[in-house]
Amino acid sequence: METLFSNLALGFATAASGSNLLYCLIGVVLGTLIGVLPGIGPLATIAMLLPATYKMTDPTSALIMLAGIYYGAQYGGSTTAILVNLPGESSSVVTTLDGYQMARQGRAGAALAIAAIGSFIAGTIATFLLAAFAPPLAELAFKFGPAEYFALMVLGLIAAVVLAHGSVFKALAMVILGLLLGMIGTDVNSGVARFSFEVPELSDGIEFAVVAMGMFGFAEIIMNLEQRENREVFTNKVGRLMPTADDLKRSIGPILRGTTLGSILGILPGGGAVLASFATYAMEKKLSKTPERFGKGAIEGVAGPEAANNAGAQTSFIPMLTLGIPTTPVMALMVAAMMIHNIQPGPQVMTSNPKLFWGLIASMWVGNLMLVILNLPMIGIWIKLLTVPYRVLYPAILLFCCIGAYSLNNNVFDVFMTIPFAILGYVFKKLDCEPAPLLLGFVLGKLMEEYLRRAMTISRGDPMVFFTRPLSLGLLIAAALLLAIVFLPAISKKREEAFAGED
Amino acid sequence: MQIRNKRDFWSGVMFVAIGVLFIILSRQYQLGTAAKMGPGYFPSVLGGICTFLGLILGWSSLGKRAQKTELLGVGWRELILVLLAVILFAALLNYMGIVVAITVLILVSAVASYEFNLRATLISVVILLVMSYVVFVWGLELQFPVWPKFMRS
Repeated sequence: METLFSNLALGFATAASGSNLLYCLIGVVLGTLIGVLPGIGPLATIAMLLPATYKMTDPTSALIMLAGIYYGAQYGGSTTAILVNLPGESSSVVTTLDGYQMARQGRAGAALAIAAIGSFIAGTIATFLLAAFAPPLAELAFKFGPAEYFALMVLGLIAAVVLAHGSVFKALAMVILGLLLGMIGTDVNSGVARFSFEVPELSDGIEFAVVAMGMFGFAEIIMNLEQRENREVFTNKVGRLMPTADDLKRSIGPILRGTTLGSILGILPGGGAVLASFATYAMEKKLSKTPERFGKGAIEGVAGPEAANNAGAQTSFIPMLTLGIPTTPVMALMVAAMMIHNIQPGPQVMTSNPKLFWGLIASMWVGNLMLVILNLPMIGIWIKLLTVPYRVLYPAILLFCCIGAYSLNNNVFDVFMTIPFAILGYVFKKLDCEPAPLLLGFVLGKLMEEYLRRAMTISRGDPMVFFTRPLSLGLLIAAALLLAIVFLPAISKKREEAFAGED
Repeated sequence: MQIRNKRDFWSGVMFVAIGVLFIILSRQYQLGTAAKMGPGYFPSVLGGICTFLGLILGWSSLGKRAQKTELLGVGWRELILVLLAVILFAALLNYMGIVVAITVLILVSAVASYEFNLRATLISVVILLVMSYVVFVWGLELQFPVWPKFMRS
């Protein structure tokens, strides 16, 4: 316990330094901005800004800023969900259900306030969970050999499949496709440039940011342009911000339950913020004595999911920080940011870069505090932003993505490479194939091959090595159970229900 | 036999095609053994799994109990204009510099919207040019050719 507090003290001292406070502020402001704007998410934004972090001398500042974008987007997303009935972020989809109804009843102010308060409480608790659980997990990670790492990645990928919506086979195939795309580039063992077709740029592999921009940035823009939706914006009648005593009484339970469920789901590979909010909404509806109020402006339906998505966003840092394994595409970009500064993510980061590790964790609480201020007293600014039409917005998004792609290697090749991935992302969307599992596979591809190779070399080609080592066996059993559960008829029906209404 | 779930069926076809493609391409690399894997080993295995999953998807979309889905139309106008804008940006950047490239990117991509408005687009070109110059060239000092080649000394 004492070490926990001295560690947190170090963290807060790092996070509270002038430049880090500034980068944290930049991160959360940007995060709120892109959260409010539908059509651009944290993934594309972080990918765009990655090259800019080359310039930063301190990797801690870079990570603090990028993390701020991620959880900041969870706050901003709710504003759009409540006022426009459009999810600003995919994790605020369920907030549209009751938040927008509250806005129609003239209670937008109370909905916005509860969303921010719920997120803040969740953020505070999740920060402490992160600080408490990261060190023992990192300890455990030191016992990991290649077999365990391989088994862990299998578990991560299977979890991503289970948590994706739509057909399980599709999600599995998308993971495999991601792993295959990850194979492009020079094989570290033999030095052979695989699938590079003699193109020198391809022998270095494809940049993750390029894949993310093409599939999430460009494909999204094209789909949005096709839809031509009309938005109804409640910008003039936000109403009073202070929730009533009754609102608060109704919300406190959902906020705490949402935080708990969100924190657990956030740690799971592939989970993150999106699933957390869906699961919490379903749970609150089940627990409520008056489930018929849900969908008609129940404040519980705003409080729970908004707490959950913020908690999930923060705890999804745990596997990345302790095991060095990214469990969501956003975490993969965090890993990339660390690698830019020559920090190999893994359990050793906590001891070799304590300032970075604890500074990042502490910055999340500082960032959450900034976000409450940004999102409550200054809500008016963000509401104005919603009046910017999409036709003005999307060319700007395209521009920032193109500049971001070019700056990765100061080479137009990376800009050209976004085109095939934009087309691929567009086709996937038309065929109901979710791209998130592919991205996760893409990130883990080479790592997975490397650990498989090492494990099999040590065991002289005997695959039993994955089953005789207890940790590895446990992880694989967990993966098998997860997969088996999805195929159970009762569960697969529940899973459909949980994701229903999202489209 | 009838293709009931068209989106699943064509996803299946796509996965089979990609899986087979990777298997064929992997043949030029050494396979090695399980104990000493060559560069072709892992991609070949993955290609096989991808093909297999594609077959299952395609097969299950034919069943009587398969959910009925139709293919969605392609918005060619939006697709082509947005991608063309990006391609032109990349093609122009080295020779014409970032000012010209940004102008072309914004103009071409803005036409893709059904609410296209020339005046508003020209205004946003000016704003974005100034902003890009300040943020990327001055602020972040990213390395771009700013002006066209023939105008640089």
